This record gives sequence, structure tokens and C-alpha cells, in this order.
Amino acid sequence: MGDPASSSPPASGRRLVRAFLSDRVAIACSAYILIVILMALAAPLLVKLSGHGPLEFDQAAVDSNLGGLPLGWGGGISADHWFGVEPGNGRDIFARIVYGARVSMTIALLATALTSVLGVVFGLVAGYFGGRIDMVVSRVMEFLMAFPALIFMIAVLSALPAENRQALLVVVISFFGWPYLARIVRGQTMSLKQREFVESAKASGASSAQIIFKEILPNLSSTIIVMTTLAVPGYVGTEAGLSFLGVGVVPPTPSWGQMIASSVPWYAVDPAYFLFPGAFLFLLVLSFTVLGDRIKKIAESGEGRA
Amino acid sequence: MIRFLVNRLLGMAVVLFLVCLFTYVIFFVLSPDPAVQICGKNCTPEAIDQLRANLGLDRPFWAQFWTFLTGLFAGRTYGTGANAIECAAPCLGYSFQTSQPVTDMILQRLPVSATVAIGAAVLWLLAGVSAGLLSAVKEGKFADRFITGLTLTGMSIPNYVLALSLQFLLVVTLGWLPFPQAVPFSEDPAQWFANFLMPWIVLSIGAAAVYTRLTRANVIETLQENYVRTARAKGLSPGLVWRRHALRPALTPIVTIFGMDFAGLLGGALITETVFGLNGVGKLAADSITKNDQPVIMGVTLLAAFLVVVGNMVVDLLYTAIDPRVRVGSAT
Amino acid sequence: MSTATRDEQPLLRVRDLTVGFTTAAGETNVVKHLDFDLARGGALGIVGESGSGKSMTSLAVMGLLPKGAKRTGSIELDGTELTTLRERQMQAVRGDRIAMVFQDPLSSLNPYYTVGTQIMEAYRSHRTGVTRRAARKIAIEAMERVHIKDAARRVDHYPHQFSGGMRQRVMIAMTLSMEPDLIIADEPTTALDVTVQAQILDLLAEIRRDTGAGLILITHDLAVVSEVADHIVVMRDGDLVEQGPAERIFCDPQADYTRMLLDAVPRIDDEIGLLRTTSTEETR
Repeated sequence: MGDPASSSPPASGRRLVRAFLSDRVAIACSAYILIVILMALAAPLLVKLSGHGPLEFDQAAVDSNLGGLPLGWGGGISADHWFGVEPGNGRDIFARIVYGARVSMTIALLATALTSVLGVVFGLVAGYFGGRIDMVVSRVMEFLMAFPALIFMIAVLSALPAENRQALLVVVISFFGWPYLARIVRGQTMSLKQREFVESAKASGASSAQIIFKEILPNLSSTIIVMTTLAVPGYVGTEAGLSFLGVGVVPPTPSWGQMIASSVPWYAVDPAYFLFPGAFLFLLVLSFTVLGDRIKKIAESGEGRA
Repeated sequence: MIRFLVNRLLGMAVVLFLVCLFTYVIFFVLSPDPAVQICGKNCTPEAIDQLRANLGLDRPFWAQFWTFLTGLFAGRTYGTGANAIECAAPCLGYSFQTSQPVTDMILQRLPVSATVAIGAAVLWLLAGVSAGLLSAVKEGKFADRFITGLTLTGMSIPNYVLALSLQFLLVVTLGWLPFPQAVPFSEDPAQWFANFLMPWIVLSIGAAAVYTRLTRANVIETLQENYVRTARAKGLSPGLVWRRHALRPALTPIVTIFGMDFAGLLGGALITETVFGLNGVGKLAADSITKNDQPVIMGVTLLAAFLVVVGNMVVDLLYTAIDPRVRVGSAT
Repeated sequence: MSTATRDEQPLLRVRDLTVGFTTAAGETNVVKHLDFDLARGGALGIVGESGSGKSMTSLAVMGLLPKGAKRTGSIELDGTELTTLRERQMQAVRGDRIAMVFQDPLSSLNPYYTVGTQIMEAYRSHRTGVTRRAARKIAIEAMERVHIKDAARRVDHYPHQFSGGMRQRVMIAMTLSMEPDLIIADEPTTALDVTVQAQILDLLAEIRRDTGAGLILITHDLAVVSEVADHIVVMRDGDLVEQGPAERIFCDPQADYTRMLLDAVPRIDDEIGLLRTTSTEETR
């Protein structure tokens, strides 16, 4: 029942923002993500407040007679060590969580950015120009998606030298990640290409670059936003997983995945050691997933109404 | 049909060849000299040269790669004369650490990975599809929103966090399950089952969440189809409309995705097997990564790629069997 | 052209039919206080542009309105009030007594089943104790009646193996197998090629002649109604604009809106018979 919709371009930004702001779950998720980002940015400051650096050993906080089990309740939680200490060497878990947030966020966000750029560019080019270019790009995408990505990432990372692991992680994750966005961008570009406003731009003599960036790209923005928000949690998890397996961030640099990995031998006697990084990681992935889900719904209902 | 099959087989061969090449380049060209690693600390240049000759590392890259490839299909011989070692096809070389043939190491551990994969797959398929159906039937109601919340949680929890939490809760705190001990099924079926229960649950939760969402979306979308309206207009009962006209089209895509996910899992669940100490292919991969045992990592990577590619192919064939639009071309 | 005789009980009597939706923006009625009758064996054309409520009217008669729609008023089929029937009873009416042909025959047929299966399943669900063989024979007969050649072989083909016009014939065969009292065709020719459109309309007219079933033809195209209908209802924005015998509507439209619709069909004024001669050539 076509209600008298205006012919203005769909998804007016202000209405989407209003819909978003009235969504309490989305706000809660954004708040948690913001906290983690702030925590990562202010890590040196926070560590100064808590009084322990992430690499600082504290033998006084662990019981050497019990194999280095933290002294006190909940893995050594005290006024001195807010989240307790690592068994064995007594490093402050709060400091390591805070610094670990830096690693997780940097890698996940950079990988998302790189994936988006690659995915959008290749998707646009393949969808717009079609023909042979499209064929080549599509074949490459099919190949990468048929690849056992995780095991291959592990193999590559384990074979390559350990220096500059973080940059390497970003590159490797993005290398296998872009086809998923590119495939969707390609499909939408192909259908947008047929629309009148593109045809008329073409008729008025606009160059391919102008058409791609001025006419097509803006129409893909909601798709790209949704896809990237949904990609972040995947990359947070991938980084943590790779670090968990020992091919991610190299110790002693802390990362949540790696902290959980080193907690495995201790889970029975010191559950707090895996619970803290585990909870932070789980909540971060959950927040991004739920946020992406909500944004998708809002964007879809916007399209439906316009 | 035959042309389609030939095309698919050729495509599969190309992908596998590229995977081989990729892994080979990375392991034998970019990484540190294997001969030095095998030789260890107290090593003379002569010993290294001897090792290099035995491994064929002194020859040009393409020659080495060719030997590796032929080794996969026809086996190969290491060294010459009395020291020669015969490696039967499919030859993946020898472990740097244990000197065992990589093929044997993988084959020994495949049953454990298969057990893990099959159990998890059954679980997630049952749980995912039924929760998705329930969610679709109750669209917008409490049950639907509850399931949606659960799936988001299930998708977000990293499996090693879940593994540790479950182990702490069920084994340490509540004592409902015994501590994992490797026992064969024939000796102590109860302990065997208890060993695999947690890995099954952990592996299936994330996939079950994804399948729930997929089933829900597919069913809701299919119910909007015109042919469902036609079926109702014919006066079919709601049960018949559901069974015949909604379920089959909605569940077909799930079959195809299932094939790929299952194949991926057969190649080893690295994290889960490591956390639960199960001696499967995944644990083998994780262990060889820590020990930098390149031939083993490479063998496992190739196996995983092979399984994924074969899985893709089986799914394609399955699809042609299920979907008449692919099976029979249009006649008019 | 025979006009409906008003003194006997009509096949379908619709009174004060209103269909409304409650949305976030408030309540909107897409069909408002509609009255019309369809005589036994008559052919009624409901004409209007998209959004006029004509399709909602047909779905209201079938009891197949989308979720959230509210229906008030009265719909009587052969003296039986349909609006108060229970879902189970309505199922018995659907397909058996009122059958429907939809606009897009490709999406309206399930791609996973052969056309024969889809024709048979309606028959078998309404008539208990029918063997597969008997149902199959009925399906083949129905396909023959809509002039699908080689029906005994085609019965085992899938929808995608048929052309657009043939698919619509399959849809019509599906309704025929049940021998309904009333066939509702919702834009049956819109998705088809012009040449095929005429064949399908002819087929509908032929079936009405042979079976004596009533026909409601819903369309935006006055040329299409002129072909088949003897009584016409014109709708706009859910309102009834005017209704009357087909000749009257064509020769002496009362409402400006009807006149406007007529002007959009240039051929109609010249010669209604012209269309007739071009379309009666049986091609298959």
C-alpha cells in the first residue's frame, strides 16, 4: 500500500540517528565499546593510577609455595591489584587488560579499515566495469573464500618472522577478509549501474571515476556501514584466537587472547585469570555483534519506509 | 551434467594446486632454513650441506616443488644409496621433530577429529534448525526474541572462553563430568562419551547460533513467497503448506552451508582440541606451530584445503540433486 | 452479452466490505464500504490502478489477507456467509469452491515440485480417498483442458521448464481440476507478453462458458476487462467509483475517473470487436 512517500533519496541520516538514539540496547553496546576504546587510549594514564605496569612482576602477590598461586581471594584481587594478578609472576591483570585492549582494538579496527577499503574498491571496480575485470576479481574472490582461511593464517604467521606481528596480523586478516564485503558491493554496484541517475550522469559526460565515487558510492554507504560493523567482532575474535594459539601478538606484549591462552593450565585453581580477559573479550564481541545487528535493522526499516 | 562435473574437478585441481604452491613458497622459501633447524645447535657446515642434499634443498625452487608434488601422488625417495628412505604416496615428508612420516601422523589423529566433528555437527544441526524454526513460527513473540538474544550471545562467545568456563563449571565446581582422560571407546564408553561431550557442545554453540539465524531468516522469507500464497489459496491445511511449501525451499540452502562447515571442521578444530587435550589433527597443527615443525604444519594445511575444496564440490553436487532448477535445464 | 438476472440469488454478494491496516501512522483503510454482486456464471471485472484496493478485495474474499489486516462487512457465497467461517471451514472453501489465479505464474508456482504434483495436491487434499493414479489422470485432463500439448509428458515437468504463458495455463489448470464455482483471476495477464495475454483471456472466457463458473477478473487494464467481463466495478483508493454493465461503463461512463481510465485505452472506443478478432485465433 504505497503511502505517499517522497522521492527524496532514501535513508535520511537524521531519522536513522534518531532511531538509533531511541534504541537502548544499541546505546548500551556503543557505551561499552566506547569504554574499551577510551581504556585503550588512556592505558598509560590508567596504569599510573593503578600503580602497576603491564610488564611489572610482583612476587609479593603470589605464593611461591603453592606454585605461584595468587595470594588472596579471586586471583589476588585487592586494593593494590584491582583485577588480581597472574599466577606465577604476579603481573597486574588490570594493567594487562588495559594494554591488551590497545592491541585488540588497534588490530581489529585497522583490519576492518583495510578490509573495507579493499572490499569496496574491488567490489566497485568489478561491479562497474564488468567483463574481464569482473571475471578476474570474481575468480580471485572465489579462490580466497574457498581457502581454509584460519589454518592458513596460522601457517603463514607461524612461518613468517615474529617482528612487527601486529602489522602482519592486520595484513593477513584483511587479505582473507575482503572478498565477503566485495561480493556484496559488487552485486549492488551492478544493479545501481542500471539506474536512471547513473545513466543520466553518464549521458552528461561524467567520467567513470566521477560516477563511481559521486553517484554509486554514496548509495552503498548503509551497506558498507552494516557490513563493517558486523566485521569488527569477527576480527576481534580472530586476533584473540590467533594470539591464543601463539601465532598472534608476541609476548610480553599483552593481548586478551594470549592472556586466556596462558590461563589454560590454571583454570581449575585460578578461574579469575581467564574470567577477566574472557569477560572483556566476550562483551566486546557481543557489543559489536548486537550493534551491527541493530544498525542493520534500522537501515533496513529505513529503506522499507522510504 | 558431465561437463559440469569436469569443470568442477578442474576448478578443484586448480585451487588445490595454488594452495600447494602458496604453502610451499611460504614454508620453504620465506621461513628460516629447515636444514639448520633439523641439525640443531652443535652443527657443522658439512652436516648442514649433507642435510640440504638429502632434503633436496640444494636444487632450484621449481625442481623442489615438482618433487614435492610428485611425492604427493607417487611417493618419493629421500637421500641416496644405503641411506635412502622411501616415502610412499601421498608423501608429505617427515616431521622435523619426531622424524615420523607426516602422512602417518595425520592419519593416526584423523579419527579423533572426525569424532569431534561428527558429534558437533549433529548437535548444531539439530539445535540450530529447530531453534530457527521455532523462532520463525513465533516471529516477534517472546520465544523469538529470547532465541535471538541467545544466538547473539552464542555467536559472540569465543570458543576457548566457553571451553574454559564449561570445564570450570561442570568439572571443577559441580563435578558433573570427570576430568578428561584419553580412553578408547571399547574400554570405557562412559568416560569416552564424557570426554567428547564438552568439545561437542563448545564447537556446536557458535555454529548452532548461525544456523538458527539462517533457518529463521529463510523460513520467514519463504513464507512471503507467492507460491506459499498459492498453496494456501488451494485450500491446503497450514501443516501441509509448511511441510511441503515452506520447509523444503527454506532448508535447502542450509544443507549446502552445512557441507562446507562440516568439511572445514574435519580438518581439525585447533582451539577446541587444544583446550580439551584431544589428540586430533587440530592439536597436531597447534603443537607443530609451537615447535615450528614445518612439514607437519604444511601437511595439515593441505589436508584442510583439500577437505574444504572437496566439501564445496560435494555441496555443489548435492545442490543439483536437491534443486530441480539446476538439475533439469529449462526445456522451452 | 447477457446481463446478470437480478432476481435470483447471486453467486457472490459483497456488502459493506472494509479492509484496514493498523500501522504506526494510524489506521488506514485500503478497501472502503464496497458493495457488489456477481451473478451465477457471470464475469465481473474489478478495475483500478495499483493501490486502489482491488487485490485486497480479492484476498478478502479468499480469506487470505496479510497479517495485521482487519476485515469487516459481509461476503456471501451462494448464501453462505464467509466472514464468520472458521479457518478450517474456510480451507474447505478455498481451492474447492473459490479458486484463484495469480499475477506472476513463475513465482506463484513452487520451483521444487513438478506441475503435476502441484495440480494434484489441491485435488487430493480436498477429495479424500483419491489414489495417486486417479489424481494424476485428473491433472493431465486439466492440463489438456487448458490446451497444454503433450500433457501426459508435461505433467512431470517443473515450472521453470514452461514458458510464461504455459505457466499461467498450469495455474488455470490447477483451479480447473477442482471445478470451482468461482474463479478469481488477479492480473492474470500482466506479467505476460502481449500476444500471450489474449490467449490467456480467451482461455478464461472459454472455461467460464464451458463450466459455468463465475469469474472475477482483477486488472488495471480496461482493455483486458472489455474482453471478458459483463459487469464492471471501478475502484480508486479503496473507494467504489462506479459500477454497472460493461456496455454502459464503456459507452457512457458516469465518473470522470472512469472516463480518464478509458482515455488511456485508445483502442477501446474504436472497436471492441477488433480486439476480439485478433485474440480468438487459437494458436496452440
